[in-house]
Amino acid sequence: MSVTPSAEFLIPKLKSDVIISMLGRGVRPNGRKVDEVRPITVIKNYIPNADSSVLVKLGNTQVLTGIKLEVGSPFPDTPSEGNLMVNAEFVPTASPVFEPGPPDENAIELSRVVDRGIREARAVDLSKLVIIPGKKVWNIWVDIYVLDHDGNLTDASSIGALAALMLTKLPEVEVRDTGEIVVDRNNRKEQPLLNRSVVTVTIGKIGNYVLVDPDLEEESLLDSKFSVAVTDDGLIAGLQKSGMGYLAEDELPLLVNMALNKGKEILSIVKALLKDS
Amino acid sequence: MGKGKVKLVEGGLRHDGRRLDELRPITISVGVLKNANGSALVEYGRTKVLAAVYGPREPQMKHILLPNRAVIRCRYHMASFSTYERKSPTLSRREIELSKVIREALEPVIISELYPRTSIDVFIEVINADGGTRTASVTAASLALAEAGIPMKGLVAGVAVGKIDGYLALDIDEVEDMYGEADMPVAIAPSLRQITLLQLNGVLTPGEFTQALELARKGVEVIHEMQKEALKKKYLDVKVEE
Repeated sequence: MSVTPSAEFLIPKLKSDVIISMLGRGVRPNGRKVDEVRPITVIKNYIPNADSSVLVKLGNTQVLTGIKLEVGSPFPDTPSEGNLMVNAEFVPTASPVFEPGPPDENAIELSRVVDRGIREARAVDLSKLVIIPGKKVWNIWVDIYVLDHDGNLTDASSIGALAALMLTKLPEVEVRDTGEIVVDRNNRKEQPLLNRSVVTVTIGKIGNYVLVDPDLEEESLLDSKFSVAVTDDGLIAGLQKSGMGYLAEDELPLLVNMALNKGKEILSIVKALLKDS
Repeated sequence: MGKGKVKLVEGGLRHDGRRLDELRPITISVGVLKNANGSALVEYGRTKVLAAVYGPREPQMKHILLPNRAVIRCRYHMASFSTYERKSPTLSRREIELSKVIREALEPVIISELYPRTSIDVFIEVINADGGTRTASVTAASLALAEAGIPMKGLVAGVAVGKIDGYLALDIDEVEDMYGEADMPVAIAPSLRQITLLQLNGVLTPGEFTQALELARKGVEVIHEMQKEALKKKYLDVKVEE
């Protein structure tokens, strides 16, 4: 059951007044412009045991994404496709308000928003994950661990999932006559798994003010959030309004345009980060 | 997911004979349960959703209470027989997400500050699922809240717009959702011009998004009129006994 949450992170009234009055002048106390994303850093292959992994920092928000590839069976309704599963864990190291336990509604919503973006943009061609048609396919597990929470977990997670998928290469497999499948993780296919890039851009609303990539202090003041999944060819591959507030009908074109521009920017930053280093 | 195996639009008509901008037959009944403070049964074609509201009341678990407002508790649940194949009655991840999204579609219109330290409970049971269950849920829940006498800034109504065979279509059903290219559920409080639920599963160009939203707005306005009619009917159809 979903229950109205109590304010989890309180900031002094004085501070919130300052944030709101500065937004009125188009600036933020953290020095960012209203449409400015925090610095993004990516550390590649952070987890030796994962098939691919990234530690993403979006400002002070840290998210660790690991991908595990497993040989499994296809679902009966999609015999010629592999499977992609996205899961998010808000680990209690990340915030004083995170409790140990199974994913709560926020973690579930986040993972489903990230999943939908990747799935609907066909970022991964699931038909290329077939090993034996109808019998054996690759299952891709994308596990997102939020390590440190300083706001905008959705976009940090989405960047993490994208970067980890960009680094993923399928292992070579040998199918023996007996039907046995031998996986050679030391030899991987040249062709990268990802065939289209997609990332979410989250815009926060405080009253009539909008701001991109809200940090934790700003998030505590948000009336609502709007996440847009943006593809590298400028299409919308998913939307999610969340939070207690609403979106005004006439402000939506502005929000979507803002997200499309920022999405393009974030995608090129992530691509550049993965190319060098 | 666009599989393109099924022809969804032929000669401008959809597989069930509807035009692209045509809603399914909608029926709304208010006050269908004796015990609930408010209730509504909403049908969009073969989709059938029951919503019940209890409260404002004192909840079992006092720790969830807030000092300055009522908390809204919301559960979206699909009956095990509501789907083609039996669905496990335990809450799925989808149902957990939708419970949150539906609660957040209702939060903006409920004047919760009037009932501090209470809980307003919205229980939604999908009796039969044929696409558009979350939007029918919002329509039903908003009516149940109104019938429970909970002060609201306005009614909310929902409808989904889809993209099928390249065309935008209003109020898509399960087949169109399954084989179409996109599904965009929307809930709007028309009197406030506020969008309280907006999701998209699928790919749209920015231009298609604007058109889809406009199509949804038109659909919601029709449903909003039906909501008002249903509420009026409930209170005007009073029989005087001689």
